[in-house]
Order: sequence, then C-alpha cells, then structure tokens
Amino acid sequence: MTTRIVELRQGVLKKNDELARALRTKFEESGLLVLNLVSSPGTGKTAFLERTLRELRAAGAHPAALVGDLETDNDARRLAASGAPVRQINTHGRCHLEAEMIGDHLESWRHEGWQMDNFDYLFIENVGNLVCPSSYDLGEAVRVALLSVTEGEDKPLKYPTIFNSSDIAVITKIDLAEPCEFNAELARKNLNEIRPGITILETSAKTGAGFPQWLEFLSGRRAGRMATQETAI
Amino acid sequence: MHELSIIYGVVSTVSEAMKDKPNVRILSVRMRVGALSGVVEGALQFGYEIATEGTMLAGSQLVVENLPVVIFCQHCGKPQELPGVQSFRCPVCNTPSGDIRQGRELEVESIEVEEAA
Repeated sequence: MTTRIVELRQGVLKKNDELARALRTKFEESGLLVLNLVSSPGTGKTAFLERTLRELRAAGAHPAALVGDLETDNDARRLAASGAPVRQINTHGRCHLEAEMIGDHLESWRHEGWQMDNFDYLFIENVGNLVCPSSYDLGEAVRVALLSVTEGEDKPLKYPTIFNSSDIAVITKIDLAEPCEFNAELARKNLNEIRPGITILETSAKTGAGFPQWLEFLSGRRAGRMATQETAI
Repeated sequence: MHELSIIYGVVSTVSEAMKDKPNVRILSVRMRVGALSGVVEGALQFGYEIATEGTMLAGSQLVVENLPVVIFCQHCGKPQELPGVQSFRCPVCNTPSGDIRQGRELEVESIEVEEAA
C-alpha cells in the first residue's frame, strides 16, 4: 500500500459558477439587466420590489420578477398585482437560490411568454437569508443587499460576506427611522467599512422616498451594460 | 446553513476526479476556505461524516485551511492581510480598499489516497 497526494484545486461551487456564467452571457446578449435581491426575512424586499415594478412600468419599462421562497406563492401573487410578469420558485427547504434553479425555470417557461428579449429588467428576489445566498452566483449583473431601519445599523458588520459581495445597499422603511431611532450615518459608516465606496440608497416603499434615485441607478446600470455590449460588438 | 450542500459539492468534485480509480481509498480531503466564502469550518466538520456516508469519501478526514482576507492597498502599493472581516481597511495605513485578492476561496485543494502498490 502506498499513499499519495492528488492535487485537485477545484472550486466546490464550480458547477454553479459555470451555469451562472452561461446565464450572465445569455442575459447580456438579450440586453437584460438582472438583479439579485438579498436580505433577511422581513426587510421588505417584496414591498420594495412591488413599488419598483409599478414605477418602472409607469415609466414605460418592461420588468419581470422571480421570487424565491421555501414555500407558498404569496409573494408572487402580491407582486403580480403590479401587472409585471412574476413567477415563484419554491426551494422546498433550501435556504438559497442556485443558478441551476434560475436556468431550469426560465427554460421551462420559455413557451409561456418568458423569452428574455421581452424584458429589460429581471429582478430575482432571493430567499430571505443573509448567509447562504452569498455563496451562489445567479448570473446577475447587480447584487442588491437590503436592510431595514428596524434591523439595526450593525447588520453589515454581523453579515460581512453578503454586504461585501453586493454592488449596492438599499436601506428600507426609512419612514420608520425616527421611531426606531435609526442612525443612518452609523449605518452608512458600517456599510463603508465592509464595502468601501458602496452605493447606498435610503428608501421607503410606502412614501416613495429614494425611488427616483433607485430608478436612476437602474436605468444608468442598464444603459452602461448596453454601451459595453455595443463596444464589444 | 448550507454547508451540507457544500459537502455534497465536495463529494461530487472528488468522485468525478477519481471515477477511473475505484481501488483507491481516500484518507483525507484538504479544502481551502476563505474568510469571505460564507462557509465556516465548524459547520463543515459537523456535517462531513453524515454527508460522506456511503460515498467514496466515507471514513476520510476533512482538513480545512482557513484563508484570511487579503486586500490590495493602493497607498502601500501591495497586498495586505486583514486580521478579520469587520473592516476593509489596510491594517498598516488605514486606507479603505475594496480590491480583494484572497478570501473568497471555497476549493478542494487535494486529497490523500491510499492505493495498492
């Protein structure tokens, strides 16, 4: 008997990463801006998204949304009231979405009007969880981390991995900042410690505060993407 | 807690690499886990025995090399290792940096196998 070391040097999530890369290419070719929304349960992702879909549609855009939850299609039904195409993905116990789930679902819905060319924005509302979704690339162009004023300013310090891997931080329920004694300056400082230079928006899905800046961010990112595509061609 | 899914990923990575060598016994699996991988060693170790049961990794030992975050500091002009993940500033000159050079790893580095000579 002899023992030896076999070098593998392989990413454990290689399969997910490869699928995500393929999805990203497909999304870019379709001119679709894909955003992955991550937060704790109860941050207000659905209310935030509901208003986003309504405002985008009112501005003449064609957004769509995928919602991940362990069970129920409550969120999809809520979001569908905006008039935008919305589909639910149930993970049946799994704590996060994976690239394979996104790819498979998009493929199976292709004949039901879910051709990527029909949309300009696709929002993926991840399972409410600040830990596990951080490891799984879904092929998104923008990862959005949301935190609400009711959660405390130190959330980014408690969950550095997800905030560090996000492109923008959205503070929700800012209309409740005062009764919650939320210190926005401290939250901004903590976000900057974890992700120096991160874009931060203070929003309220109830009053609409911060939504003009959010919509501007979205159209800016989409225009940027398209311009990169054209240069590449 | 998605460490079980991660271990299943380890099992499939190793099984795939060793599929033509059914006669080897795997003694240990060495992983590299970055401080920003979203995975903690304790939870990996906790689920390892159960998740590898009935696979070619059954009975093997999991060895985890924990990797700290390394940022590139523009001011110092070189990579700097961070003492933790609570502040992404250069520990020498305090300049913030989002340029991460190490810390996201989640890899199977190598396996130690025993085979008939």
